[in-house]
Amino acid sequence: MFKVIASRMIVPNVHLLTVEAPEVAREAKPGQFVILRAEEEGERIPLSISDWDREMGTVTTVFLNIGNTTHRLAALEAGQNIPTVVGPLGNATDVEKYGTVLCIGGCYGIGSIFPIARALKEMGNRIITIIEGRSSYLFYWEDRFKAISDKMFHITRDGTKGYRGHVSRLPEIIKDIGEPIDRILINGCTFLLKKGSDASRSLGITTWVSLNPIMIDGTGMCGVCRVSVGGTTRFACVHGPDFDGHEVDWEELLQRRKTYMREEVIPLRTSKCEEHSRKLTG
Amino acid sequence: MPVAEKKKLDLNRREMPKQLPEIRRHNFNEVALGYSARAAVEEASRCIQCPKPKCVSNCPVEINIPGFIKAIAENDFARGIKIIKEKNCLPAICGRVCPQEEQCEETCLLQRKGGQIAIGRLERFLADWEAQQGEVELPQMEESSGKKVAVVGGGPAGLTVAGDLIQLGHQVTVFEALHKMGGVLIYGIPEFRLPKAIVSREVNYLKKLGVDIMTDYVVGKTRTVDSLMEEYDAVFVGSGAGLPWFMDIPGENLNGVYSANEYLTRLNLMKGFLFPEYHTPVKTHKRVAVIGGGNVAMDCARSAMRLGAESRIVYRRSRSELPARLEEIENAEEEGVIFEYLTLPLQYIGDENGWVKEMVCQRMQLGDPDASGRRRPVPIEGSETVFPVDAVVCAIGNSPNPLISATTPGLEVGKKGNIVADEETGKTSRERIWAAGDVVTGAATVILAMGAGRKAARSIHEYLTS
Repeated sequence: MFKVIASRMIVPNVHLLTVEAPEVAREAKPGQFVILRAEEEGERIPLSISDWDREMGTVTTVFLNIGNTTHRLAALEAGQNIPTVVGPLGNATDVEKYGTVLCIGGCYGIGSIFPIARALKEMGNRIITIIEGRSSYLFYWEDRFKAISDKMFHITRDGTKGYRGHVSRLPEIIKDIGEPIDRILINGCTFLLKKGSDASRSLGITTWVSLNPIMIDGTGMCGVCRVSVGGTTRFACVHGPDFDGHEVDWEELLQRRKTYMREEVIPLRTSKCEEHSRKLTG
Repeated sequence: MPVAEKKKLDLNRREMPKQLPEIRRHNFNEVALGYSARAAVEEASRCIQCPKPKCVSNCPVEINIPGFIKAIAENDFARGIKIIKEKNCLPAICGRVCPQEEQCEETCLLQRKGGQIAIGRLERFLADWEAQQGEVELPQMEESSGKKVAVVGGGPAGLTVAGDLIQLGHQVTVFEALHKMGGVLIYGIPEFRLPKAIVSREVNYLKKLGVDIMTDYVVGKTRTVDSLMEEYDAVFVGSGAGLPWFMDIPGENLNGVYSANEYLTRLNLMKGFLFPEYHTPVKTHKRVAVIGGGNVAMDCARSAMRLGAESRIVYRRSRSELPARLEEIENAEEEGVIFEYLTLPLQYIGDENGWVKEMVCQRMQLGDPDASGRRRPVPIEGSETVFPVDAVVCAIGNSPNPLISATTPGLEVGKKGNIVADEETGKTSRERIWAAGDVVTGAATVILAMGAGRKAARSIHEYLTS
């Protein structure tokens, strides 16, 4: 069992979960993920590691409350236990001296790209951060990013902060940045990863993305996380999760992610609130 | 009054009752129901107690087979199970999933006299009898040696090594990547062939003996083998063959195309057949094609059938080359699985939403024998056939999982990604590291992994006590 140390909603519908998992914390590196189960009957889902504390032995993830398991994770309180936190899985993001690195995060990816940006900064890179969201009220950890970024930009769908629109405005933003970019890293929803990679393709800047397909075991055993990269089938759990965004077959990935869209909400319908209301109404 | 004739021994092999096909194809309960005590005694009484029993030398763990059969015939079940457990700590499992027809039963002299002794069924009977008696008797334990052994992987090989070494007085910790112990016994073999309660029972037995178990622990990720070696005197790697093969043909990444591992893991480990009470979703398909002809393919096809699909095995050779156990082939046939022999998938075609809808296959004919000694399938030109399908399960095999070999410098790895280990001792190219089971041999059987685990345990014990 793994003890929940902190669980709270940090901006609407985005949750932070810190669990006690000392062995995972000891080995965690930027860009890796954990697999969690919320309950004994629960499914296994992968979540990117957003931070860790080796001394405290804790691991933190940030996630969107969007389906069955994330709903149950979001409902946890400090002091409760969950049955599975296994990791750190996947390969760490390559942290080298590149020069100037543009780190783009959206949604849960704002959290997961933070330790990557921090490590790249410590490595001596110049860090330019872009955080993206539907609206400015969905941004979090801005202070943490400011502390490690040489420049910071925002994109909001509704124009409430920074550029209005989507990451497809990247070529124009890079022009405004006004300095050469050596590498782009993107964390977030598949749509953001795809749009960002599409936008950077014409600029000829190497772009690496952290993929988030469906997984079960996370150790290469089931193969459900397979993605086509440069025409070859790869397993995101053991070969990734980071891949060259210009080589990924995005249509296939988006399609595969939809496999269980319908089933995703069914266990919620039979969840405890219904039982509870039945009890109340006799 | 007529004089009572001396009762003549009925030499015919006793059948084991099974769920009827038309019933069992709709449920996940165990198919075979096991012998009654009376049937077991009758079956055991057929054994002629050969002086030089070939069944024993044909058993990978050399169980004293005539010994335990004699005990059954004499109604002394407690003695019988004790004899088995001298050599095999997982009899309830082996009695169910061992390919006895190619091992102990293959050489039985009674083959032409009413059928070979049903050794597997008798083994299973004793193990189930023991479980019904309540508290299982613990074996004699050696005095503590003060030595510590790390076992990587909680499957058949790891369970055997842990069971053997703890009894020899060593402290044992098993590290398992998944959230449940058992490896392929838990995630792979379906409930209807091996009830999971039996696997839990065997794991609990090891816990009672004092084996420490760490689930949700991926050696190679959570901690490397080298780091384990700082704390443990010896490391045994039994991480299995867990990397699924695909055929590398067009359309394999369409939605609805699964590896056998994924399909079975969703159902068995995650209990997807109980969705939504268990939260891991499993799709209900109408027409499922399972590619391959081994036991795993049979498991997938029979699972699909139980979920309500029309289920089809697609195999490139003919029935006589099927690598699956005959018993499982017959079970699948009885349940109504359709067999498309001499058929090879060429590509999968998707609908507008990216779901597989058709499978293009080529018909084959058998040519000359290949390296495996089986006749090689040769394509028949112009024989392309299209099958409508809404799911495909690829059950063509697995290679060893590379997580350990990739993170353990100096560990010699073979061409197929297998860890190189001595067949007799399980010793690897690194000091204090042993390996056995599928990670060494590639995908094989439960009992072979256990047999190899036993040899490795012996070698580890020798090392620790020398």
